[in-house]
Amino acid sequence: MSEVSLMPLYFVVIPGMAALLIMITGEKKPNIRETWTIIASISNVALVFYVLPRLLAGDLMQTARYSLVPNVDFFLKIDAAGMLFASLASILWVATSFYGIGYMRAEKKKNQTGFFASFAVCISAVMGISFSGNLLTFFIFYEILTIATYPLVVHSRNEESINSGRKYLAYTLISGQVFLFGIIWLYHLTGTTDFVPGGSIGTSGNPISLTIIFILLILGSAVKAGIMPFHGWLPAAMIAPTPVSALLHAVAVVKAGVFSIVRIVGFIFGFDLLNTLGIVDYLAWLAAFTIIVASIIALRQDNLKRRLAFSTIGQLSYIVLGVALANEQAFLGGLFHIAAHAFMKITLFFCAGAIFVNTGFKYISEMHGIGRKMPITMAMFGIASLGISGMPFTVGFISKWNLVMGSIAGGKIFYVIVFVASAMLSATYLFTIFVMAFYEKNDNFTEYGEVREDMLIPIIFTGIMSIILGINPNFLVKFYDLAIISAEIVSKGIGG
Amino acid sequence: MIKHAPAFIVIIPLSMALLAPIMAKLSKALLRTFVVSAFIGSMIFSSLVLFETLESGRIFYEFGAWEAPFGIEYVMDPLNSIFAVLVSFIATTVAVYSREFFREEGWLKNAVYYSLLCLIVTGSLGMVVTGDAFNLYVFLEISSLSTYALIALGGQRGTVASFKYLQIGTVGASFYLLSIGYIYAITGTLNMIDMAERLQPVITSPAVLIAILLMFVGLGIKMALFPLHIWLPDAHSYAPYPLSAYMSGILIKIPVYVMIRFMFYIFNPTSEVIQSVLNVVGILASIAILFGSIMAIAQSEYKRMLAYSSVAGIGYIALGISIGNIYGLVGAVFHVLNHAFMKVALFFIAGGIYLRCGEKKIENFKGLFKEMPVSMYAFLILAFSMVGIPPTAGFFSKWYLINGAIMEGLWLFPIVIIISSILNAVYFFRIIENIFLKPADKSFESHVKSKYELPFSLLIPISLLSIGVLVLGIMNFELVANVIISSFPEVLN
Repeated sequence: MSEVSLMPLYFVVIPGMAALLIMITGEKKPNIRETWTIIASISNVALVFYVLPRLLAGDLMQTARYSLVPNVDFFLKIDAAGMLFASLASILWVATSFYGIGYMRAEKKKNQTGFFASFAVCISAVMGISFSGNLLTFFIFYEILTIATYPLVVHSRNEESINSGRKYLAYTLISGQVFLFGIIWLYHLTGTTDFVPGGSIGTSGNPISLTIIFILLILGSAVKAGIMPFHGWLPAAMIAPTPVSALLHAVAVVKAGVFSIVRIVGFIFGFDLLNTLGIVDYLAWLAAFTIIVASIIALRQDNLKRRLAFSTIGQLSYIVLGVALANEQAFLGGLFHIAAHAFMKITLFFCAGAIFVNTGFKYISEMHGIGRKMPITMAMFGIASLGISGMPFTVGFISKWNLVMGSIAGGKIFYVIVFVASAMLSATYLFTIFVMAFYEKNDNFTEYGEVREDMLIPIIFTGIMSIILGINPNFLVKFYDLAIISAEIVSKGIGG
Repeated sequence: MIKHAPAFIVIIPLSMALLAPIMAKLSKALLRTFVVSAFIGSMIFSSLVLFETLESGRIFYEFGAWEAPFGIEYVMDPLNSIFAVLVSFIATTVAVYSREFFREEGWLKNAVYYSLLCLIVTGSLGMVVTGDAFNLYVFLEISSLSTYALIALGGQRGTVASFKYLQIGTVGASFYLLSIGYIYAITGTLNMIDMAERLQPVITSPAVLIAILLMFVGLGIKMALFPLHIWLPDAHSYAPYPLSAYMSGILIKIPVYVMIRFMFYIFNPTSEVIQSVLNVVGILASIAILFGSIMAIAQSEYKRMLAYSSVAGIGYIALGISIGNIYGLVGAVFHVLNHAFMKVALFFIAGGIYLRCGEKKIENFKGLFKEMPVSMYAFLILAFSMVGIPPTAGFFSKWYLINGAIMEGLWLFPIVIIISSILNAVYFFRIIENIFLKPADKSFESHVKSKYELPFSLLIPISLLSIGVLVLGIMNFELVANVIISSFPEVLN
């Protein structure tokens, strides 16, 4: 059951309009300018709560098709998987908006207009990515996201950030071109690029061409998803202001890459075809490799943001691995981990930013005993660290449970070992920071002094959310139900 | 009136060329207004013809009522109508844009410039609308000779560049003439439709083979297809700014039209000879794309970089022709339109930067964003289109070309296009870094007086064309499905 509706378009247009208004308002009236960000982010959340019950009732809203090129249309469609990603990004956008405004003002950064405008464009692109009805539409938003993130990476305008910007563009633009090649080839072979749950290709087709197309499409997504060896841009992009790292480099941009893999595996190829081709095992191997190696590298980083970056790379591959296992439960775990990891990692980044604003420290070795000064921040850091390592009653446990069950169900016990080993590693590289912060003394941190409220409240919100979602994964937005619905239609191939 | 529309397209700018000196003596403002109106007039008539041809297919106009094949006949179908609209539209923007560059000059220089500009446009339009192969040569020479003279207006180095172009260009035109001579000797006709019919039985004869090769080389020189492009970088960099824009946007595209017309409508595209010529075009086009892009990276002067980028642009178009199926040709024609918009606007911005800040070198573009924000936002759109970021027009050119190449199983071409996109990103993001990210290290001296960043005569064409690139991208389906595809011969469908 689907009807023609403009609803998916509103998700894209509202942040886009906000970007325009931010540009028009400009540097002179910062309060009005920031109001646009807040209004847009809250409106998007309102839209989420309007659409969600209708979607769960089976109402798939879809825009009219607009012919972009002969035989390929531009259209947006709200489905469970897209909704999961879009509602996640919308909710975290609100948190990041408050946090970002506080951060940028505390740091007295220049070019704030460009910053907030680019940010809004990124969100608009993420909404488009979530709801794209076919690969061409998807690609358009994917490239817009690439471009809109660039100004955020080079925000400081110094030599180092410009170099990071180059690195970022080199990785993303090249992979984008490869992606495009794959899309056109796919279109040429099958005559369609539409996303169909369970796969649009069917089970026929030249296996060699299909394998190459799959590789091309995955290469196009792997860079944004940070799969090794295509992860180089991510630590470099950590030069960006912390709110960017928090929302974009832990949630939106990287998840766009992961989400692209979800679409390719679940909605273009389908489990059956991929298992027949056998190609998906290699992707799973690569993801497992990335999980372990990234965790080991993370252990050695002293710069907190870099450590978090490598932790992100590892965690993203959880999702990729879940998807690549190509069975229902692992897919469910992977999809849910998109949301789970987002809440945990954004908390960690928020904490890192708060520490930086408050004390100017970037390195973990400087942070002994910081828990005395910033107990709330560090407590949230601790919760999120436990979540990343998959502790029960945190949100990380639910995704990991499903991932482990999925690998057992798929008869691939090896990956269980990977998940367990990685949990140990992440407990080591993250939780030790928490322990260090409270159990050691440091003369720098003698009295209590938390960061300003507009930054602290988002930290508390996302931190608490990581626990609540661990107890009730359907709290607020029904992330778990969305993941279940999505995994079910993908594995059964029920057309939507 | 409407019956005579094909003739008016050419006659209006031609008469304007003759009137220009008299008007210049009277008033420069009057002259400018009239030249712009003349081009708008051509544009209106071209558009009328375009709508007419979309409904009824082909329009024939017998000049002086002499019946074809004896008289000269203008034949318009959707393909050349769309070229005519493009030429007259770009000519209008160029005429508007020229104001600031010749305002301070005396009446004589104004007279010469506008008169020659009208002649160039007459020649370009004439080549497009005519249905007679020899008449086409006449128009080719009209536009070429006027171009040589105008490049020489660009000062000392312009004179040298002009002479270089004159030598090479004349060779190109002569090759074309020789080719027509051969064909005339075989078929006894100069009328294109007639020629197409009479050539079919003799298409394999050696004389026709020579004619095809001569035609290919002649047009190759005129369209600056690698390795026949050597005249282009100098001519583009040393000509006055408005002319560089027109040359890159239109003059090198007209031979592309002629090539499509001859290869696909007159000679039989399915014949073996044409197939092998097209294969050669494909190889040269691939080299042109890579060579042009790499050379563009090596340039320190913005205008010269654009010139090399045009070599690559022609490569894209030639690649589409060489692919030779419906997607390839759509890609070629669409890229002609798209590249015209992009390159003209980019050259316009080059002139704007020169007038406003006196800078030509890319390394001195630091901090330009603060000086001229509107032009720089326009530049951003154009640069994205050159790289091929959706939803700008450049992306859709790539879509059609890659599609066409995959359809024919030509796996090398998509790789060339991908590499070239990345090279384009390298040379455009280098400029974007300078303009947007780096602070100005000195103050700029302005050559114009204006309340805004640039006078409206520069700003309006720049904005119009860059918005056009976006519109062309988003609306490309309408254009492709309704106009471009309907213009191709049945062989392709």
